[in-house]
Amino acid sequence: MNQPQILITSAREDLRTEPRIIRVVLIAMAVTFLTVFVVLPLVVVFAQAFSKGVFAYFSALSDPEALSAIKLTLMVAAISVGLNLVFGVIAAWAIAKFDFRGKTFLISLIDLPFSVSPVISGLVFVLLFGAQGFWGPWLQANDVHILFAVPGIALATIFVTFPFVARALIPLMQEQGTQEEEAAISLGASGLQTFFRVTLPNIKWGVLYGVLLCNARAMGEFGAVSVVSGHIRGETNTMPLLVEILYNEYQFVAAFAIASLLAMLALITLVAKTILERHLDEGQLPGD
Amino acid sequence: MSNGGAGRHSSLPGFGLTMGLTLTWLSVIILIPLAGLFLKSFELSLDQFWGILTSRRTLSALKISFGLAFAAAIVNLVMGMIIVWALVRYRFPGRRLFDAIVDILFALPTAVAGVALTSLFAQKGWLGAPLAELGIKVAFTPLGIFVAMIFIGIPFVVRTVQPVLIDLDAEIEEAAASLGANRWHTVSKVILPSLVPALLTGFALAFARAVGEYGSVIFIAGNLPNVSEIAPLLIVIRLSEFRYADATAIAVVMLVASFLIIFAVNRLQRWAQTRIPAHWRLIK
Repeated sequence: MNQPQILITSAREDLRTEPRIIRVVLIAMAVTFLTVFVVLPLVVVFAQAFSKGVFAYFSALSDPEALSAIKLTLMVAAISVGLNLVFGVIAAWAIAKFDFRGKTFLISLIDLPFSVSPVISGLVFVLLFGAQGFWGPWLQANDVHILFAVPGIALATIFVTFPFVARALIPLMQEQGTQEEEAAISLGASGLQTFFRVTLPNIKWGVLYGVLLCNARAMGEFGAVSVVSGHIRGETNTMPLLVEILYNEYQFVAAFAIASLLAMLALITLVAKTILERHLDEGQLPGD
Repeated sequence: MSNGGAGRHSSLPGFGLTMGLTLTWLSVIILIPLAGLFLKSFELSLDQFWGILTSRRTLSALKISFGLAFAAAIVNLVMGMIIVWALVRYRFPGRRLFDAIVDILFALPTAVAGVALTSLFAQKGWLGAPLAELGIKVAFTPLGIFVAMIFIGIPFVVRTVQPVLIDLDAEIEEAAASLGANRWHTVSKVILPSLVPALLTGFALAFARAVGEYGSVIFIAGNLPNVSEIAPLLIVIRLSEFRYADATAIAVVMLVASFLIIFAVNRLQRWAQTRIPAHWRLIK
């Protein structure tokens, strides 16, 4: 993409473009649309967050409730990204390095969470662990807390972020084939040695890519977490949930201050993603 | 290009172990919880199930979610096509920046999008105030839901269609033009048909996402029962009332609908794959 265009004669170019007026109208429509739906929402978050000044902004962020939400969000993201990283790599190994029947079906099962409404992703865990759920009575009798506690929030987050790492790695590892690994094995390397010394260096940018997107979703997840969290103040509110609570209490500066942190997360994710995509494109050059 | 495909010779170790772990993890996190939802719905008799779904409030919520998501996906189809066309075919200041920020819509947490859109379109908001003078109220009306659904769906159309338009061979267009087709005919008879599978896929993905969307919608929606209450919100409300059966019934309908959409998308992509070579053969 975006490579300098090869010089083509203006006659040829004329065949592939529209009259100037149409070009201007289409560009104006695209730019207006993206400004209204992307630029303005981002700007309004920061404008609102700083509307009462820098001091109000930072005091909103250093509120104990905000700090506990930030801590919980980081913890849940660490748990769910960590687990999905390990299992994503394992799943990608099984799917990309071997041939078996039903591979396409297995991939679509891994993709399932992408097509489930966030609210339903939370609901399924309420039906399992809730007071009226399948295992609810047993959990209550044994004083195990899953719902309205960290384990439930982590489970719902793992559910919605399940496909990211595996989906980033499967096409990459399929493209790389198995020759290098087979060579290592035939030279006497063990399976784990082969993975860490041969496969991992080849897929490291893909792993980071998957982790990056997985993390962005994990920290930002709202619907699924909202259903299982119970909204216990200072305990089970993640940052997105705290945004909702503060907003509904008309504490706009505080709500948008937290929202601005999440917006920055999105911006940083985007920049990192662009950099990683460059590395991934390079890695796919022939002869690699 | 081709490395001979994935390892057909399974001389590599670890297939049994990694496949076993994959299936276990998949079952624990995805399959068992989803199966639980369907099991729960079987506890309802057909009459109960039907009763829940045809109650006025449920029906309205489903109609609002599916209807507005469909309308928003159509807007996304048209606007997405225009955005892709401008980004791929034209050069203008800020083009690469605009191209990059489309992905923000994927990365921005839905709750942040929700409060931001509400603040923009509220009656005193930057866009809400001028619109109010024209007599258009967006926030806290069904129109607000529609706006949020457009927001959430647009990147799916753009990112599905964009690579296809980039890869489209210039020679086809030039051939059409040199054979005497005017620009409009070239675009509508040559370019658009080869984009149809990608456009439909983007449309379906945007539609599926908007139907289930919660975070970016509930702030701007107003959430008035029967008027501006979306189905996912009704699930949350039923859960908070401990009416699990109601929540389950609505969820099952939505889940089946989104599975059907994803199934359609998969078929579409298979169709597109078999279709494109045929298309090529026609030209060569």
